[in-house]
Amino acid sequence: MAKVIIDTRRCKGCELCVDACPQGVIAMSKSLNDKGVHFAQPARLEDCTGCGLCAIMCPEAIIEVEREEAQGQGPPGPAHRGSGARS
Amino acid sequence: MKSKITRPESLKNVETHYCAGCGHGIVHRLIAEVVDELGIRERVVGVAPVGCAVLAYDYFNFDVSEAAHGRAPAVATGMKRARPDLIVFAYQGDGDLAAIGTAEIIHAANRGEGITVIFVNNGVYGMTGGQMAPTTMIGQKTETSPRGRIAESEGNPIRVAELLTQFDGVKFVERCTVSKPHNVLKARAAIKAALQIQVEGKGFGFVEILSPCPTYWGLQPRVAMKMIDERMTEVFPLGRYKNVYAQAAAR
Amino acid sequence: MAKKSLMCGNEALSEAAIEAGCRCYFGYPITPQNEVTSYMSRRMPEVNGQFVQSESELAAINMVFGAAVVGARAITSSSSPGISLMQEGISYLAGCELPAVIVNIMRGGPGLGNIGPSQADYFQATRGGGHGDYRTIVLAPSSVQELVDHVFLAFDLADKYRNPVMILGDGVLGQMVEPVEIAGRHVARRQAKEWALTGCRGRAPNKVRSLILGENELLEHNRRLQEKYRQIEEGEMRSEAVEAGDAELLLVAYGTPSRTCRAALREFRQRRYRVGLFRPVTLWPFPSAALASAAKDARAVLVVEMSAGQLIEDVRLSLAGRAVPIDLLGKPGGEVLQGAEVDAAIEKAISMHGLKRR
Repeated sequence: MAKVIIDTRRCKGCELCVDACPQGVIAMSKSLNDKGVHFAQPARLEDCTGCGLCAIMCPEAIIEVEREEAQGQGPPGPAHRGSGARS
Repeated sequence: MKSKITRPESLKNVETHYCAGCGHGIVHRLIAEVVDELGIRERVVGVAPVGCAVLAYDYFNFDVSEAAHGRAPAVATGMKRARPDLIVFAYQGDGDLAAIGTAEIIHAANRGEGITVIFVNNGVYGMTGGQMAPTTMIGQKTETSPRGRIAESEGNPIRVAELLTQFDGVKFVERCTVSKPHNVLKARAAIKAALQIQVEGKGFGFVEILSPCPTYWGLQPRVAMKMIDERMTEVFPLGRYKNVYAQAAAR
Repeated sequence: MAKKSLMCGNEALSEAAIEAGCRCYFGYPITPQNEVTSYMSRRMPEVNGQFVQSESELAAINMVFGAAVVGARAITSSSSPGISLMQEGISYLAGCELPAVIVNIMRGGPGLGNIGPSQADYFQATRGGGHGDYRTIVLAPSSVQELVDHVFLAFDLADKYRNPVMILGDGVLGQMVEPVEIAGRHVARRQAKEWALTGCRGRAPNKVRSLILGENELLEHNRRLQEKYRQIEEGEMRSEAVEAGDAELLLVAYGTPSRTCRAALREFRQRRYRVGLFRPVTLWPFPSAALASAAKDARAVLVVEMSAGQLIEDVRLSLAGRAVPIDLLGKPGGEVLQGAEVDAAIEKAISMHGLKRR
């Protein structure tokens, strides 16, 4: 079970996360945020694997990614090997 | 067990002034992540340049000073000499480092100061409105090279990573980019390696990062990233140019 | 009882910096201050200090900036052309409110000029020199011992006011050998530096900057700086008056020419002319009130300087509204001012203004 959370108020609409997502989870909104831009939002969250590539590319550092990891299982995605502070 | 990618502690939870898709934000985050990971947030001191990243002290959640245009390596030298226990890095853009600050970077590198320099190369002056930089590519149009940069009158782009590699005082040089996720991870690893060398008191580390300036390249952020991979890396080849310690270990 | 030794000004000021707790020297060779760089290159390693022969004066002043930012006492020295290069950094030090000591052993200018002693950087030193509304505290010693004492004072004032302090000497002072006492003479007044970038352990991060973009913020910053400069003017004006009380002719000079004036004063006093001397010790803040008081009964003022008429402007400002005539003996071009020249200027003033023997 994975979850991607985007602070859409601060999104500047660069779409780098859209390109980065291998599952096509993220899409740009039809509506505008307070900055007047179409913001990135998780459109098909059910397909999210929690790989974290979107967060890796986000210049605003406004994407958080969560996922359940099975016990004993090594960190699978590149994000979890390298980028991102983990808690 | 839950795993979570969050904003690093070393990055303040504030909005940046950077344009959409600007690489500075990514590089800031990478530095912040590495600082967290190395556990040095409370003894790191950054030096911000003059250029788009001038406000870096508002974004990093640790001590940061400004420096006059191009002088960051000299300021970092003074800091590190006075307080060798601090972890000191200079963050510079291409105008700052490769034009007005050429003397400072070359001599800090040649002296082998125990500092780390992160060089963000986007081939253009962003803050002043998109003028030609020393790293602007041949044919690239800017505010001050409206016909595209011409080698005969404006010289060729300066390859700083290659330039600094030759100095014995320099222990680590890598050129990377933030064009796509796996490159971002490589850039992160390079920043970590360069800072690690300083933490171990082993000398001068340099990381050049090819970064997009969608605004003054006149490209969509996603297209700007492709431009790095397709054109910029031809002029500025990626790779680890030097790691004295890895070479020593291999021998 | 501290021991006196014979040292030239440049070496003495270097040792004084070390005595004052400074362990960071950054500089670039230039005549006539090269003894400082040589001395520091030998001495700093002996006291676990840092010496860097920088690639330029630009780099030197920015290394000073870096050391100052992390809370260390740092000094650089140069001579006129090199000080011009440092002006950028001095403006940043002032804007960022960082303490630092800069020594200018002046030589003849403009341009490359020559390597002779000069006072031609008076305007540059006292008017700021670099860009922006700022002030640098300027100390003007006239002997090697006073140069040493001014190094101590400079570090203390720099820390106290978080401001760059310049010691303005000339080539004579740098090269001249005099008996001097250094060890144990400085009573350290160390200031806590909560603002310094020392790693953010146990506190919120510090930032040091002079870029202030918010609406009215730079205005406020400048007002605060001006308020600080007013405090410095109130607290730190220094001067010396020699036989000024009854003086009909008041000489005004600082640094080396003040010594020539002092010798001339003795001679003319022996001839029963009422000649006095006023010597500003701080050039900024300029001791205007003390000068006005010293010139109270003067019938003429003679400004003596190794420049073409720079000090005289502050004298005129200080005595504005007074009817007293102000003459100039200015010798630019890196040439030493001779005693005979001062004597002749005094004779001329005596006859021109009809001054009588007592």
